[in-house]
Amino acid sequence: MTSTARSAFVDGARAVLPALPANVPFGLVVGVAAANLGLDPVTALWSAALLFAGAAQLAMMELLARDAPVAVAVLTAIVVNLRYAMYSASIAPYLQSFSRRSRLVLSFFLLDVTYALSVAKFRAEGSVDRRAYYFGTALPLWVTWTVSVTAGASLGTGLPPAWHLEFAIPLLFLALLVPNVRDRGGVVAAAVGGVGATAGLDVPFDLGLVIAALAGVGLGLVADPDGADDEPPADRPDRTPDGTTEGEP
Amino acid sequence: MTSLSDPILWAAFVAAAVGSYLVRVSFIVLFQRVDEVPRLAERALELVPAAVLAGLVLPSLVAPEGTVAVLTPKVAAGGVATVVAWRTESMAWTLAAGMGALWLLLAV
Repeated sequence: MTSTARSAFVDGARAVLPALPANVPFGLVVGVAAANLGLDPVTALWSAALLFAGAAQLAMMELLARDAPVAVAVLTAIVVNLRYAMYSASIAPYLQSFSRRSRLVLSFFLLDVTYALSVAKFRAEGSVDRRAYYFGTALPLWVTWTVSVTAGASLGTGLPPAWHLEFAIPLLFLALLVPNVRDRGGVVAAAVGGVGATAGLDVPFDLGLVIAALAGVGLGLVADPDGADDEPPADRPDRTPDGTTEGEP
Repeated sequence: MTSLSDPILWAAFVAAAVGSYLVRVSFIVLFQRVDEVPRLAERALELVPAAVLAGLVLPSLVAPEGTVAVLTPKVAAGGVATVVAWRTESMAWTLAAGMGALWLLLAV
C-alpha cells in the first residue's frame, strides 16, 4: 500500500469511528434476536458477516421466528436492501476507473454508512485514493458488526428487555437520516417516505417501505428538482483540503 | 425459536446474502460505461437516503408494535434524538441522547 493509500485508509477509518459505537448495540440486538431464533453464535457470525445488513437481517429473523414462509423472509431481507441499488447507482460513477475485480469486492461492503461517508468524501475531494478511503470506512464497520452480532448471540437471551436495546436501531437510522435532509426536496422526500412507510405497514413483504420511498423521491423531485447547490461535505467538522478548519456556517 | 432445520436456515441466509450482494453490485457493474448520470437521475438518487431512512425510522418510533401511537416515550425520545442529531450530526451523541431519554421517560 502506498503512503497516499495508507493515509486515505486511515482517513476513512477515522471518519467511520463515530459510527462504530452505534453499531455495537445494533449488532447486539441482532445477535440476541438470532439467539432467540435458536441460532448458535457461529451461525449468527457467518450470517452477519455475509449479509452485512442489520435491518434486513433483523426483519428476516423476525419473520422466521413467526414461522413465515422461508421464501418470504429471504425476499423481505432483499427488499429491505433494495435501497442499496440506489446507493450502487449513485456511487458507481466514482468507482468506474477500478478493475472489475475491485468493484466486485467494493460492492460487498456497500451500505448506508460506507456509502454516505464515501460519496461525501469523493465529492468534496477529487484527489483522494477512493478505494483505500472506502475500505477504511468499510473494514472497521464490518469487523465491529460481525463481532457484536456474535457477542449478542453468545449473550443469548441474557440481556434484560428492560434496556430496550431495540430502540438503538431507529436511533441509528435517525442519525444517518438527519444529515441527508439538506433542502426542501429532502424534507419532502423524508416526510413522504416516513409517513408513507407508516401508513403502509400492513403492505405485504415490507413493500410499503419501498413504495413510500419511491413516492418520497418522486414528490421530492417535483417539489425541488434542483436542490441546494452548496452541498456541504458530510464530514463537516473535518479540515478543508487547504488545512483550515471550517466551523458552523 | 424456529421449527426450521439448520440446513434450511443456512440456505435462507445464504440466499438473502447473495440477493443483497446482487442488489449492491447491480449498478456498480451496469454503470461502468456511463460517463455521467443525468442530472435528474442524480438528484433522484440524492433524495433516496432521506426517503428510505425516514421510512425506516418513523414506523419504529410511532408504531413499534405495528399500531400507530403518538404519545409514547419512544416518540418523545425520538424527538430528543432528532434535535441532538440536528445539532451535533454525531451518531454517538444521537444514540446516547435517545437511549437516555427513553430510559428516563420509562423510569418516571
